[in-house]
Amino acid sequence: MRYARPRSLDEALALRAGGRWRVIAGGTDFYPAQGAAPIEDDVLDITAVAGLRGIETGADGWRIGATTTWTDIVRTELPPAFDALRQAAREVGSVQVQNRATIAGNLCNASPAADGVPPLLALGAEVEIASVRGSRRQPLSDFILGNRKTALGADELVTAIRVPKAAGTGRSAFEKLGARRYLVISIAMVAARIAVDASGNVEAAAIAVGSCSPVAMRLTELETALVGRPADATLARAVEPRHLASLSPIDDVRASAAYRREAAREIVARAIARAVAADPVERAA
Amino acid sequence: MNIRSATPIAFSVNGAPVAVNAPPLARLSNVLRDRLGLSGTKVGCDAGDCGACTVLIDSEPACACMVPAAQVEGAEVRTVEGLADGAVMSALQASFLRHGAAQCGICTPGMLMAATALLERDPHPDEAAVADALGGVLCRCTGYRKIVEAVVSAIPSPLRGGSVSEADRGGDAENAAPPTPDLRTDPPHRGEVKGPVGASPLRLDGPPKVLGTERFGADERPAGCLSVLVIRSPHWHADFSFGDLDGFVRDHPGIVAVFTAADIPGKNAFGVIPPFADQPALAQGRARFRGEAVAIVAGEREAVEALKPAEFPIVWTPLPHALTCAEGRALDQLHGNRPGNILTRGRVVRGDADAALAASEVTASGAIETAYVEHAYIEPEAGHAFMDGDTLVIKACTQSPMMDRDDTALVLGLPRDKVRIVPTATGGGFGSKLDLSVQPLIGLVALKTGRPAALIYTRQESMASTTKRHPASMRATIGADAEGRVTGMVFEGDFNTGAYASWGPTVANRVPVHASGPYFTPNYRALTAAVHTNGPISGAFRGFGVPQAAVMQETLYDELAAKLVMDRLAFRLKNALRNGQPTVSGNVMESGVGMVECLTALENRWQNALAEAAAHNMGDGHVRRGVGIASCWYGCGNTGIPNPSTIRIGVTPDGRLVMHQGAVDIGQGSNTVIPQIAAEALGVPLSAFSFVYGDTHLTPDAGKTSGSRQTYISGKAAEKAGRALRETLLRFANVGDDAQIVFDGAAVTIRDGAASRRIELATLAVGEDGYVFRAEESYDPPTRPLDADGQGKPYAVYGYGAQIVELEVDMRLGTVKLLKITAAHDIGRAINPLLAVGQVEGGIAQGIGMALMEEYVPGRTENLHEYLIPTIGDVPQIETILVEVPDPEGPFGAKGLGEHVLIPTAPSILNAIRHATGALVTRLPATPDRVLAAIAEARR
Repeated sequence: MRYARPRSLDEALALRAGGRWRVIAGGTDFYPAQGAAPIEDDVLDITAVAGLRGIETGADGWRIGATTTWTDIVRTELPPAFDALRQAAREVGSVQVQNRATIAGNLCNASPAADGVPPLLALGAEVEIASVRGSRRQPLSDFILGNRKTALGADELVTAIRVPKAAGTGRSAFEKLGARRYLVISIAMVAARIAVDASGNVEAAAIAVGSCSPVAMRLTELETALVGRPADATLARAVEPRHLASLSPIDDVRASAAYRREAAREIVARAIARAVAADPVERAA
Repeated sequence: MNIRSATPIAFSVNGAPVAVNAPPLARLSNVLRDRLGLSGTKVGCDAGDCGACTVLIDSEPACACMVPAAQVEGAEVRTVEGLADGAVMSALQASFLRHGAAQCGICTPGMLMAATALLERDPHPDEAAVADALGGVLCRCTGYRKIVEAVVSAIPSPLRGGSVSEADRGGDAENAAPPTPDLRTDPPHRGEVKGPVGASPLRLDGPPKVLGTERFGADERPAGCLSVLVIRSPHWHADFSFGDLDGFVRDHPGIVAVFTAADIPGKNAFGVIPPFADQPALAQGRARFRGEAVAIVAGEREAVEALKPAEFPIVWTPLPHALTCAEGRALDQLHGNRPGNILTRGRVVRGDADAALAASEVTASGAIETAYVEHAYIEPEAGHAFMDGDTLVIKACTQSPMMDRDDTALVLGLPRDKVRIVPTATGGGFGSKLDLSVQPLIGLVALKTGRPAALIYTRQESMASTTKRHPASMRATIGADAEGRVTGMVFEGDFNTGAYASWGPTVANRVPVHASGPYFTPNYRALTAAVHTNGPISGAFRGFGVPQAAVMQETLYDELAAKLVMDRLAFRLKNALRNGQPTVSGNVMESGVGMVECLTALENRWQNALAEAAAHNMGDGHVRRGVGIASCWYGCGNTGIPNPSTIRIGVTPDGRLVMHQGAVDIGQGSNTVIPQIAAEALGVPLSAFSFVYGDTHLTPDAGKTSGSRQTYISGKAAEKAGRALRETLLRFANVGDDAQIVFDGAAVTIRDGAASRRIELATLAVGEDGYVFRAEESYDPPTRPLDADGQGKPYAVYGYGAQIVELEVDMRLGTVKLLKITAAHDIGRAINPLLAVGQVEGGIAQGIGMALMEEYVPGRTENLHEYLIPTIGDVPQIETILVEVPDPEGPFGAKGLGEHVLIPTAPSILNAIRHATGALVTRLPATPDRVLAAIAEARR
């Protein structure tokens, strides 16, 4: 077993290219999965790599460094389009988890119930990936391939999440449904982002649902149906069961599949209603 | 590059620099505990689910169990040990102590650290901010309300003030910060309190809990101690044979030995009820449930931690298995003498129930299913064993040291006096720590190797291998006449008792005695069966099956009230058991039945809550309000069989008043309440006592902490011992009964009016026990065994109560939001009102879990993120009304309370959901999907 905690990205990538490493950052998925078993893998700790933590705003949008924690996101001033992400950040595990867990870790762990994924899908996020071969970007929707499965190569590291400028418009809201108040794995969750044109109609909509399919997904039919409608209290009524047909929820200890489908429709409507609510208190609820 | 750096990891802990040679990925929690000796940081799950290990890293809370040691290089780490300034507690610690926010104390360090971070950012947080900050720390004892109060009032404010009387400062509590009692937490006032009884002194064992110095099962490890790994069955039911065990030991340097059933020197069958003892310490050739221990590996710590259980040489042959009662009845017999896999049956019959129901004006029938419920104490089972000469000493968490001693001696083939059980602090028990867990395993290793041996269960191991609340399948019919008087009831219940007996017989017997609820039911038939399956062993869990049965009966009472068009509280009040009326077991109490008083105490809130709900429901929103009510009764102590307690008090030649108090305090407060009773009886302040706590070599048997018996039974023994010592002293001084006893250094002064007699203790003869005066008294409740129809006097004392739940149901999501719970409990006499309220709030939290979220699915929810217990955000405001209808038998009138408090909660929640929605959920827990399905069904 080897452990490495490099200071620079080049070092990290060189190591990654030279062996099979388990990557650790916040540790909040690593240790629970490990349990009491002895650690035998080589482990690459990327928390000391310079330049991987923090949120930058540029001409082409936002860059959220891979090791940015959920608490960092909560404490950063961001446009209203990011409200869903900031609300989700407060629902990732507990405060203790939010202080250590990272945004890239949430994506690379690839849990169907990852709270960070729907808001990032609704922001049209791209994953910035580096290796000794160079760097590339991949839409988040193509990056997570299935339960615990991503498109990350064995020599690659996620270096950032990028939100394009165009996706940073509008307002957003996050709805989480669980069987208790705190520290709960979602039965279902929804992020909705709605951009409104000058005449008060929906210009663009992005709606993503988690915990109701192996990978969280956008509801593109619904998004299309919302465009052009008045962005007011009536908007949520546009949600129809057929808009959720692409979901494939399962029965598990948290809820039945049938319930998930029904509840998802309801919280989609609520997320939309909150995203277009005029009252900021209602939006934050 | 830092690949496997050999450089020590340097950081600061509580302001002092440290450098630790730890593996870079060692969990910070283990580094703090094992390498730096800071055992105040507790480990409850090793997965970030419980928050007990919360520490501050550069002022931000983190679960130390998920932080690699290498990541704190250069950081500033703070732990609970750093909160106090020397012996002076922080304001927050003092506030926790003052508010009764620490019960067992295992979550307290995590709570304190999370709250410290909050208060540093926001010195005056509101309740919502406290909940957000503490939402990641689970507590299973307190119900969180006292924790919230402690945090919001942690900063001394000029608005609060006043002083605390001398009686409020129990023995060791002098370390507390200047007391600033919060008026909102002052105990309900019930007339003048003169002596220790009725006051709410700071809990005597409280300071170590808030200072982080309390020693729990995992907090001590002697030098040279071996570690023990348990090999467990991955199958529900399977035969097994071992491969080359000697070779396994040989091939693993540092492994000292493997032990199997073949190595057990005594009788390899233990059980809390000796006639039913059937559980092997290590299974012999066949495992009957997933998680059953089949072998143990002992070795040096590093070697054991490096083991992979999959490499252990064992071959499994799975067998057909049963997980439900129906499957259990059909499966081949699991135990030789139990046909149909029926462990035992319970039966209580009185009058002619069928005829009464046939003649009733109205009847209501139903069926209810409940789930396995996990105790989920935050401290997994842990302890260590060592040989002291030829005596085996076991220090472990427990609820029942004497039973541990007897069963461990039996399994290990030792005389009882060669086994000594020294209980550590116990981080919650709720019934499961009555059964043996680590004791015979570490005992075997210590006995065989001569070396100390330690075993700390992982969370998964604790959940998979220890007992649960019985899943119940119940059916019942209750009838009433046109005036609304209950005429009769029939009840049948199957209780899934799992693979071994444990407390299954107790559940099967307690349920029929209690299934009528605290109501006069002249005609009655209740039949129960405890059915073996290959599921987890069901044992004791706060209420022994009565909480399940109460759900059945109380939901039917609502239906009867509806059919009779009666107010639900009025219907209950009409039928409430009264003095002089026989119970369904023919037990007649001539006084002390406080059921009417409890219901009456709730009437105002009931009417207001109904009016508020009706007003809210006038709107057409999708959130509907409901109000529910349910009652409880519960007999204290064993059912119709002896269960004595003995308490000893002695006076040393140098003037110490020593109480030998063997009742284990698992957080409920017996370490404070029993001394309060003794102090009152002896006529001295509580602070006069010093204590010898549970140690089977030093304390007489005060029985098990179970059956809500310690305040009543051990308390009664303490009262008798206190009175006996008082009489001895007064007689020695030859003074009258009203004389005052004052312990005064090495003398006792007895004042009788103007006269005063000073007894110089050093001049008196010292007994073998080291005392110059002593009293030892026992008390056993005057009960009578039940006959074949369950008639007799099962208990000498009962407690009573009722609760109102107000809640909202989201009609589109099926989610339930609790708004308020009002609880009225008749506890006879509140010996310690603050601790009593703490019991009520904690029991309600467990009732909330049982009603709304807790379902243990064997093999699937063996952790605290799949198995959900209430968080700080799930327990609403609780108003507790302590009703005091004195019991003629209990000490100073007191009755038991610990289990009663959880019984009404789940049925009142179900009744409130039905009130809100028209739908009754018949399978617990009422998760959102089940609530929504029930609403859809009711609309059909």
